[in-house]
Amino acid sequence: METAVEQIPLESFLFVSAVLFSVGAYGVLSRRNAVQILMSVELMLNAVAVNFVAFGAYTDPELFRGLIFAIFVIIVAAAEVGLALGIILRVFRNRQTANVDEVDTLRW
Amino acid sequence: MTIAEIVFYLLALVAIVGAIGVVTAPNIVHGAMFLILTLFCTAGFYILLSSEFLALTQVLVYAGAVAIIVLFGLMLTRSGDGLPVAGAGAQWPLAVVAAGTLMVTLLTAVLDSDWPNDAGEVTLVSINTLAGALFRDWLLPFEVVSLVLLVALVGAIVIAHQEEPEA
Repeated sequence: METAVEQIPLESFLFVSAVLFSVGAYGVLSRRNAVQILMSVELMLNAVAVNFVAFGAYTDPELFRGLIFAIFVIIVAAAEVGLALGIILRVFRNRQTANVDEVDTLRW
Repeated sequence: MTIAEIVFYLLALVAIVGAIGVVTAPNIVHGAMFLILTLFCTAGFYILLSSEFLALTQVLVYAGAVAIIVLFGLMLTRSGDGLPVAGAGAQWPLAVVAAGTLMVTLLTAVLDSDWPNDAGEVTLVSINTLAGALFRDWLLPFEVVSLVLLVALVGAIVIAHQEEPEA
Protein backbone atom coordinates (compact mmCIF):
# COMPACT_ATOMS: atom_id res chain seq x y z
CA MET A 1 0.00 0.00 0.00
CA GLU A 2 1.24 3.45 -0.85
CA THR A 3 1.78 5.82 2.04
CA ALA A 4 0.35 9.31 1.99
CA VAL A 5 3.82 10.75 1.42
CA GLU A 6 4.03 8.97 -1.93
CA GLN A 7 0.66 10.33 -3.08
CA ILE A 8 0.89 13.97 -2.03
CA PRO A 9 3.72 16.10 -3.40
CA LEU A 10 5.92 18.02 -0.96
CA GLU A 11 4.81 21.30 -2.58
CA SER A 12 1.28 20.82 -1.26
CA PHE A 13 2.45 20.84 2.34
CA LEU A 14 4.77 23.79 1.73
CA PHE A 15 1.92 25.66 0.04
CA VAL A 16 -0.47 25.26 2.98
CA SER A 17 2.29 26.10 5.43
CA ALA A 18 3.19 29.29 3.52
CA VAL A 19 -0.45 30.42 3.53
CA LEU A 20 -0.82 29.73 7.28
CA PHE A 21 2.42 31.62 7.99
CA SER A 22 1.32 34.67 5.98
CA VAL A 23 -2.12 34.77 7.64
CA GLY A 24 -0.37 34.59 11.03
CA ALA A 25 1.97 37.41 10.00
CA TYR A 26 -1.02 39.54 9.01
CA GLY A 27 -2.56 38.89 12.44
CA VAL A 28 0.64 39.86 14.28
CA LEU A 29 0.95 43.08 12.28
CA SER A 30 -2.67 44.22 12.35
CA ARG A 31 -4.39 43.14 15.59
CA ARG A 32 -4.62 45.38 18.63
CA ASN A 33 -5.39 42.88 21.38
CA ALA A 34 -2.29 41.20 22.83
CA VAL A 35 -4.01 37.81 23.17
CA GLN A 36 -4.96 37.90 19.49
CA ILE A 37 -1.36 38.68 18.58
CA LEU A 38 -0.34 35.68 20.70
CA MET A 39 -2.77 33.45 18.79
CA SER A 40 -1.36 34.68 15.47
CA VAL A 41 2.17 33.88 16.68
CA GLU A 42 0.97 30.35 17.47
CA LEU A 43 -0.31 30.08 13.88
CA MET A 44 3.11 31.07 12.54
CA LEU A 45 4.99 28.62 14.79
CA ASN A 46 2.58 25.92 13.74
CA ALA A 47 3.20 26.59 10.05
CA VAL A 48 6.95 26.34 10.64
CA ALA A 49 6.52 23.01 12.46
CA VAL A 50 4.52 21.62 9.52
CA ASN A 51 7.36 22.67 7.22
CA PHE A 52 9.93 20.89 9.38
CA VAL A 53 7.95 17.65 9.52
CA ALA A 54 7.21 17.73 5.77
CA PHE A 55 10.86 18.28 4.83
CA GLY A 56 11.90 15.60 7.32
CA ALA A 57 9.45 13.06 5.91
CA TYR A 58 10.45 13.72 2.29
CA THR A 59 14.21 14.13 2.58
CA ASP A 60 15.43 12.00 5.48
CA PRO A 61 12.84 9.51 6.65
CA GLU A 62 15.47 7.38 8.43
CA LEU A 63 16.82 10.05 10.79
CA PHE A 64 13.51 11.96 11.22
CA ARG A 65 15.35 15.11 12.30
CA GLY A 66 12.38 17.19 11.15
CA LEU A 67 10.15 15.41 13.64
CA ILE A 68 12.59 16.04 16.51
CA PHE A 69 12.82 19.71 15.55
CA ALA A 70 9.02 20.00 15.48
CA ILE A 71 8.87 18.57 19.01
CA PHE A 72 11.26 21.28 20.18
CA VAL A 73 9.17 23.92 18.39
CA ILE A 74 6.09 22.75 20.29
CA ILE A 75 7.95 22.85 23.63
CA VAL A 76 9.29 26.36 23.02
CA ALA A 77 5.82 27.51 21.91
CA ALA A 78 4.35 26.19 25.16
CA ALA A 79 6.98 28.05 27.20
CA GLU A 80 6.41 31.21 25.15
CA VAL A 81 2.63 31.21 25.54
CA GLY A 82 2.85 30.74 29.33
CA LEU A 83 5.35 33.57 29.73
CA ALA A 84 3.40 35.84 27.36
CA LEU A 85 0.22 35.31 29.36
CA GLY A 86 2.07 36.34 32.54
CA ILE A 87 3.27 39.54 30.85
CA ILE A 88 -0.20 40.31 29.44
CA LEU A 89 -1.78 39.86 32.89
CA ARG A 90 0.84 42.17 34.40
CA VAL A 91 0.26 44.85 31.76
CA PHE A 92 -3.49 44.53 32.19
CA ARG A 93 -3.24 44.94 35.97
CA ASN A 94 -1.09 48.05 35.65
CA ARG A 95 -2.91 49.74 32.77
CA GLN A 96 -6.41 48.14 32.59
CA THR A 97 -5.96 47.33 28.92
CA ALA A 98 -4.66 44.46 26.82
CA ASN A 99 -4.39 46.54 23.65
CA VAL A 100 -0.79 46.91 22.58
CA ASP A 101 -1.28 50.38 21.03
CA GLU A 102 -2.42 51.80 24.38
CA VAL A 103 0.77 50.66 26.11
CA ASP A 104 2.90 53.47 24.72
CA THR A 105 4.72 55.05 27.69
CA LEU A 106 8.09 54.46 26.07
CA ARG A 107 6.97 55.87 22.73
CA TRP A 108 8.58 59.10 21.73
CA MET B 1 -8.10 10.99 -6.52
CA THR B 2 -6.93 8.85 -3.66
CA ILE B 3 -8.24 8.91 -0.11
CA ALA B 4 -5.01 10.48 1.18
CA GLU B 5 -5.36 13.34 -1.31
CA ILE B 6 -9.00 13.95 -0.40
CA VAL B 7 -8.12 13.99 3.31
CA PHE B 8 -5.21 16.33 2.66
CA TYR B 9 -7.20 18.87 0.65
CA LEU B 10 -10.04 18.80 3.18
CA LEU B 11 -7.60 19.37 6.07
CA ALA B 12 -5.81 22.12 4.13
CA LEU B 13 -9.08 23.92 3.38
CA VAL B 14 -10.29 23.76 6.99
CA ALA B 15 -6.86 24.80 8.32
CA ILE B 16 -6.72 27.89 6.08
CA VAL B 17 -10.33 28.87 6.80
CA GLY B 18 -9.60 28.47 10.52
CA ALA B 19 -6.46 30.59 10.26
CA ILE B 20 -8.37 33.36 8.49
CA GLY B 21 -11.01 33.07 11.21
CA VAL B 22 -8.35 33.57 13.91
CA VAL B 23 -7.30 36.93 12.47
CA THR B 24 -10.74 38.19 11.36
CA ALA B 25 -13.29 36.94 13.90
CA PRO B 26 -15.03 39.92 15.55
CA ASN B 27 -15.29 37.99 18.82
CA ILE B 28 -11.91 36.92 20.22
CA VAL B 29 -13.34 33.78 21.83
CA HIS B 30 -14.54 32.68 18.38
CA GLY B 31 -11.03 33.40 17.16
CA ALA B 32 -9.65 31.08 19.85
CA MET B 33 -12.07 28.35 18.69
CA PHE B 34 -10.87 28.82 15.10
CA LEU B 35 -7.30 28.47 16.42
CA ILE B 36 -8.19 25.10 17.99
CA LEU B 37 -9.69 24.03 14.64
CA THR B 38 -6.49 24.93 12.77
CA LEU B 39 -4.32 23.17 15.36
CA PHE B 40 -6.38 19.98 15.02
CA CYS B 41 -5.97 20.12 11.23
CA THR B 42 -2.22 20.41 11.73
CA ALA B 43 -2.36 17.23 13.81
CA GLY B 44 -4.05 15.65 10.78
CA PHE B 45 -1.12 16.74 8.57
CA TYR B 46 1.29 15.06 10.99
CA ILE B 47 -0.65 11.79 10.74
CA LEU B 48 -0.51 12.03 6.92
CA LEU B 49 3.27 12.49 7.29
CA SER B 50 3.52 9.29 9.37
CA SER B 51 4.32 11.10 12.64
CA GLU B 52 1.59 9.88 14.93
CA PHE B 53 3.47 10.71 18.14
CA LEU B 54 3.80 14.32 17.03
CA ALA B 55 0.09 14.39 16.18
CA LEU B 56 -0.76 13.25 19.71
CA THR B 57 1.64 15.82 21.19
CA GLN B 58 0.05 18.48 19.02
CA VAL B 59 -3.45 17.67 20.26
CA LEU B 60 -2.33 17.47 23.91
CA VAL B 61 -0.04 20.50 24.09
CA TYR B 62 -1.38 22.83 21.41
CA ALA B 63 -5.08 22.11 21.02
CA GLY B 64 -5.31 21.33 24.74
CA ALA B 65 -2.97 23.32 26.95
CA VAL B 66 -2.12 26.31 24.74
CA ALA B 67 -5.76 26.84 23.76
CA ILE B 68 -6.83 26.73 27.41
CA ILE B 69 -4.10 29.23 28.35
CA VAL B 70 -5.29 31.57 25.59
CA LEU B 71 -8.88 31.30 26.83
CA PHE B 72 -7.68 32.02 30.38
CA GLY B 73 -5.85 35.07 29.05
CA LEU B 74 -9.07 36.30 27.43
CA MET B 75 -11.07 35.67 30.59
CA LEU B 76 -8.60 37.48 32.86
CA THR B 77 -8.12 40.56 30.65
CA ARG B 78 -11.69 41.70 30.23
CA SER B 79 -12.65 45.05 31.58
CA GLY B 80 -16.07 45.56 33.13
CA ASP B 81 -18.46 45.35 30.21
CA GLY B 82 -17.59 41.94 28.84
CA LEU B 83 -14.87 40.48 26.68
CA PRO B 84 -12.12 42.53 25.06
CA VAL B 85 -13.11 43.56 21.55
CA ALA B 86 -11.20 42.28 18.60
CA GLY B 87 -10.14 44.86 16.12
CA ALA B 88 -7.45 45.92 13.73
CA GLY B 89 -5.21 48.88 14.44
CA ALA B 90 -5.03 51.81 12.05
CA GLN B 91 -2.04 50.15 10.37
CA TRP B 92 -4.08 47.25 8.95
CA PRO B 93 -3.82 48.20 5.23
CA LEU B 94 -0.03 48.18 5.60
CA ALA B 95 -0.30 44.79 7.32
CA VAL B 96 -2.31 43.45 4.37
CA VAL B 97 0.36 44.70 1.96
CA ALA B 98 3.22 43.23 4.03
CA ALA B 99 1.57 39.86 4.62
CA GLY B 100 0.39 39.71 0.99
CA THR B 101 3.90 40.38 -0.27
CA LEU B 102 5.23 37.71 2.08
CA MET B 103 2.64 35.20 0.85
CA VAL B 104 3.30 35.91 -2.84
CA THR B 105 7.06 35.59 -2.27
CA LEU B 106 6.76 32.33 -0.34
CA LEU B 107 4.29 30.78 -2.80
CA THR B 108 6.44 31.78 -5.77
CA ALA B 109 9.47 30.22 -4.09
CA VAL B 110 7.53 27.03 -3.32
CA LEU B 111 6.11 26.67 -6.82
CA ASP B 112 9.28 27.63 -8.70
CA SER B 113 11.71 25.31 -6.92
CA ASP B 114 12.46 21.69 -7.66
CA TRP B 115 11.70 19.72 -4.54
CA PRO B 116 12.88 16.17 -3.95
CA ASN B 117 9.80 14.03 -4.32
CA ASP B 118 11.46 10.66 -4.06
CA ALA B 119 10.43 9.90 -0.53
CA GLY B 120 12.19 6.56 -0.41
CA GLU B 121 10.92 4.03 2.07
CA VAL B 122 8.68 5.93 4.47
CA THR B 123 7.91 4.02 7.60
CA LEU B 124 5.92 4.95 10.63
CA VAL B 125 8.38 6.24 13.24
CA SER B 126 7.72 4.02 16.25
CA ILE B 127 7.75 5.53 19.72
CA ASN B 128 10.66 3.23 20.66
CA THR B 129 12.83 4.57 17.85
CA LEU B 130 11.82 8.13 18.62
CA ALA B 131 12.58 7.77 22.33
CA GLY B 132 15.94 6.21 21.53
CA ALA B 133 16.86 9.14 19.29
CA LEU B 134 15.53 11.74 21.70
CA PHE B 135 17.36 10.41 24.76
CA ARG B 136 20.57 9.34 23.03
CA ASP B 137 21.38 11.54 20.01
CA TRP B 138 19.41 14.59 21.14
CA LEU B 139 20.00 14.38 24.89
CA LEU B 140 21.70 17.77 25.30
CA PRO B 141 19.03 19.77 23.41
CA PHE B 142 16.40 17.85 25.37
CA GLU B 143 17.95 18.84 28.71
CA VAL B 144 18.40 22.46 27.59
CA VAL B 145 14.78 22.71 26.50
CA SER B 146 13.60 21.28 29.82
CA LEU B 147 15.58 24.04 31.55
CA VAL B 148 13.97 26.60 29.21
CA LEU B 149 10.54 25.30 30.15
CA LEU B 150 11.35 25.46 33.87
CA VAL B 151 12.71 29.00 33.67
CA ALA B 152 9.69 30.13 31.62
CA LEU B 153 7.35 28.61 34.20
CA VAL B 154 9.11 30.28 37.15
CA GLY B 155 9.34 33.54 35.20
CA ALA B 156 5.62 33.50 34.38
CA ILE B 157 4.77 33.02 38.06
CA VAL B 158 7.15 35.77 39.17
CA ILE B 159 5.84 38.24 36.56
CA ALA B 160 2.15 37.55 37.13
CA HIS B 161 2.41 37.31 40.93
CA GLN B 162 0.42 39.90 42.83
CA GLU B 163 2.52 41.47 45.58
CA GLU B 164 0.86 41.95 48.93
CA PRO B 165 0.87 45.60 49.99
CA GLU B 166 3.34 46.33 52.82
CA ALA B 167 1.64 46.30 56.19
